[in-house]
Amino acid sequence: MSDRTLLEVEDLHVSFATSRGAVRAVQGVSLTLNQGKTLGIVGESGSGKTVLSRAIMGLLPRSSTTQTGSVRYNGTEILNAPNDDLRKLWSTHIAMVFQDPMTSLNPVQRIGNQITEPLKIHLKLSKGEAKETALSLLMQVGIPSPVERYQAYPAQLSGGMRQRVMIAIALACAPRLLMADEPTTGLDVTVQAQILDLLGQLQHDRDMAMILVTHDLGVVATRTDEIIVMYAGNVVERAPTNVLFKSMAMPYTEALLKSTPRLANPSHTRLTAIEGRPPDLLHPPAGCPFSPRCPYAQEKCHRERPPLVEAAPGHSYACWFPLTAARPQEVTV
Amino acid sequence: MTDTAVEAEVVDTTEPLLSVEDLHVSFHKGSQTVQAVAGITFTIPRGETLGLVGESGCGKSTTGRAIVQVERATSGRILFGDTELTALSRGDLRTLRTQVQMIFQDPISSLNPRRRVSDIVAEPLNIWKIGTKEERKESASAMLDQVGIDPYLLGGRRPREFSGGQCQRISIARALVLKPKLLVCDEIVSALDVSVQAQILNLLEDLKQQYNLTILFIAHDLAVVKNVSDRVAVMYLGRLCEIAPSDLLYEAPAHHYTAALLASAVEPDPETARSSAALLGEPPSPINPPSGCRFRTRCPRAEPRCAEEVPEMRQIAPGHQVACHFPIGA
Ligand SMILES: Nc1ncnc2c1ncn2[C@@H]1O[C@H](COP(=O)(O)OP(=O)(O)OP(=O)(O)O)[C@@H](O)[C@H]1O
Ligand SMILES: Nc1ncnc2c1ncn2[C@@H]1O[C@H](COP(=O)(O)OP(=O)(O)OP(=O)(O)O)[C@@H](O)[C@H]1O
Ligand code: SF4
Ligand code: SF4
Ligand SMILES: [Mg+2]
Ligand SMILES: [Mg+2]
Repeated sequence: MSDRTLLEVEDLHVSFATSRGAVRAVQGVSLTLNQGKTLGIVGESGSGKTVLSRAIMGLLPRSSTTQTGSVRYNGTEILNAPNDDLRKLWSTHIAMVFQDPMTSLNPVQRIGNQITEPLKIHLKLSKGEAKETALSLLMQVGIPSPVERYQAYPAQLSGGMRQRVMIAIALACAPRLLMADEPTTGLDVTVQAQILDLLGQLQHDRDMAMILVTHDLGVVATRTDEIIVMYAGNVVERAPTNVLFKSMAMPYTEALLKSTPRLANPSHTRLTAIEGRPPDLLHPPAGCPFSPRCPYAQEKCHRERPPLVEAAPGHSYACWFPLTAARPQEVTV
Repeated sequence: MTDTAVEAEVVDTTEPLLSVEDLHVSFHKGSQTVQAVAGITFTIPRGETLGLVGESGCGKSTTGRAIVQVERATSGRILFGDTELTALSRGDLRTLRTQVQMIFQDPISSLNPRRRVSDIVAEPLNIWKIGTKEERKESASAMLDQVGIDPYLLGGRRPREFSGGQCQRISIARALVLKPKLLVCDEIVSALDVSVQAQILNLLEDLKQQYNLTILFIAHDLAVVKNVSDRVAVMYLGRLCEIAPSDLLYEAPAHHYTAALLASAVEPDPETARSSAALLGEPPSPINPPSGCRFRTRCPRAEPRCAEEVPEMRQIAPGHQVACHFPIGA
């Protein structure tokens, strides 16, 4: 695997114009992703994960959003690029597996047609070639009796099968980058493990980069090279996966981990809940966005927003009073 | 007498609040029959939380709904204390309904959007005509306060003005206002963020102590179930595979399905073994379940006997029951 940079996002801002004002869903996010690597994006509901993913893909409606900053794919600026240019990138370079497979698959079109369509359009395959490729893709993503399923409609498949079909469609044109937005949310753990294994295997076979978006720290813990933690539209911590779990610095990351129930703990272990809820993106607080809920907040936190700084190579966080690396026993819950 | 015998005797005298005996619930889909629950037996002693886990469609909700009598059992018995619910007339059932309450996954849609939350919580008291109007109002306020919703500041608002976590608190308040003995929780934290989920799980643990509640806690998240349960029952395609004290089940699973579920689970720790797809495929249809052990089509240990003979639930250690011909560690 090479260290070649595939994706560079710099100071990306996205806001939605609504009748109540501007919803600042993404507030200055920067990230880089090298070829073949996996980046995890974690955060709770509403933290901006999906908006960020869609902005990178160029899938947000131009009319109701303002998007500033920079998104470079292979060195080419693609933020606010003309739709025709973006269409050439989609499928063949960047593809996405969406959060809800039921709404992103066409309910009245057979599975087979949904996979062959991009093959015919982007790769200019003949009908026969496209069908052959589609069947092989269905096989690769672990769909039993692909010939029968090829003729099926989405509603005839289980949630896990639909997610596999979504993955088959996304992979059809051999993209270099796969954006997977909560690809296993709502699926059983057994099926989740199958899908995550499948993504990992395909990624390895194809040297494909992946952004894995999830609200579950467990999903990214063993399946990513680097993790970004988002809170209220901001990246609050970013580190190589092992570093993040060993020496997390941002109180929000710690709070997220401590509130997650774990199989390794005895039953009735008291969870550390985070009181309150995330801030309103219409009126974000002046200081640190986590300050109203942070157990370590000081006066400065309520006044001034901490910038995201790289404190150690590859490890950045936005916090005035970071947890020191010298308290690992607290970090491991 | 040995110590173990004394202990066993003590356990035996704990009279269960709920006993489910060979419960069957079937649905008819055209000419076909869906055996959603196909003969399950378990008890929950007073003050205990029993977790119920299993893959989607295995019959967890149907079990819960049959216990609160929203769904009628096709056969089998459900005993609440000494009362056989399955044999009660509608009228007698009515009075028992106050003692058995259920809370559901989707907090927002399970609350009437047009009513104020203080009225929503008082509603069960009104239906059962418990106390005076003033007393009902007071009970509802006290209950809201208990679950962390300020009755004076927020009691007049309607459900849509609350977050998912707050709505779940309101659902809990409404379920507990009648002071039930048994609470059935069906995926009550599945739609919530982890930080809010932790608030609700802690709240449930506190209320359980305070009101000496007996709880059937249904969820698909193994770590969540372990956290709140004293014992856990694992369900597969309408049947129970294994029941054990929580810590034991997770340390030493005896059923191959339990072991596979645990191997698939993810933990927020890069040092733990990566979850693996221990199971291929998905559960077969409950319309035409496999003969013998229902898990045999996916079981790594299956032998011809598994197709011929239904494995009966048997005790392999105190409090640890498993339904498998070739359990792990035997
Ligand atoms: N079209 C839109 N108009 C206005 N606000 C929007 C729009 N789409 C998203 N938002 C807001 O942007 C914020 C971020 O939403 P986003 O969907 O990215 O969250 P998320 O992290 O993906 O959450 P989840 O885990 O629930 O999927 C939310 O506050 C959301 O309400
Ligand atoms: N009213 C009904 N009519 C027909 N079939 C039903 C009905 N209710 C449930 N079923 C079927 O019974 C089986 C068990 O469903 P149930 O909802 O109890 O599963 P569950 O374990 O709660 O699943 P989940 O985790 O998805 O909530 C499923 O096959 C389901 O399709
Ligand atoms: S800046 Fe202050 S409020 Fe924000 S996370 Fe750090 S300590 Fe907490
Ligand atoms: S009875 Fe047989 S098929 Fe069923 S779990 Fe045990 S070994 Fe596997
Ligand atoms: Mg999302
Ligand atoms: Mg259910």
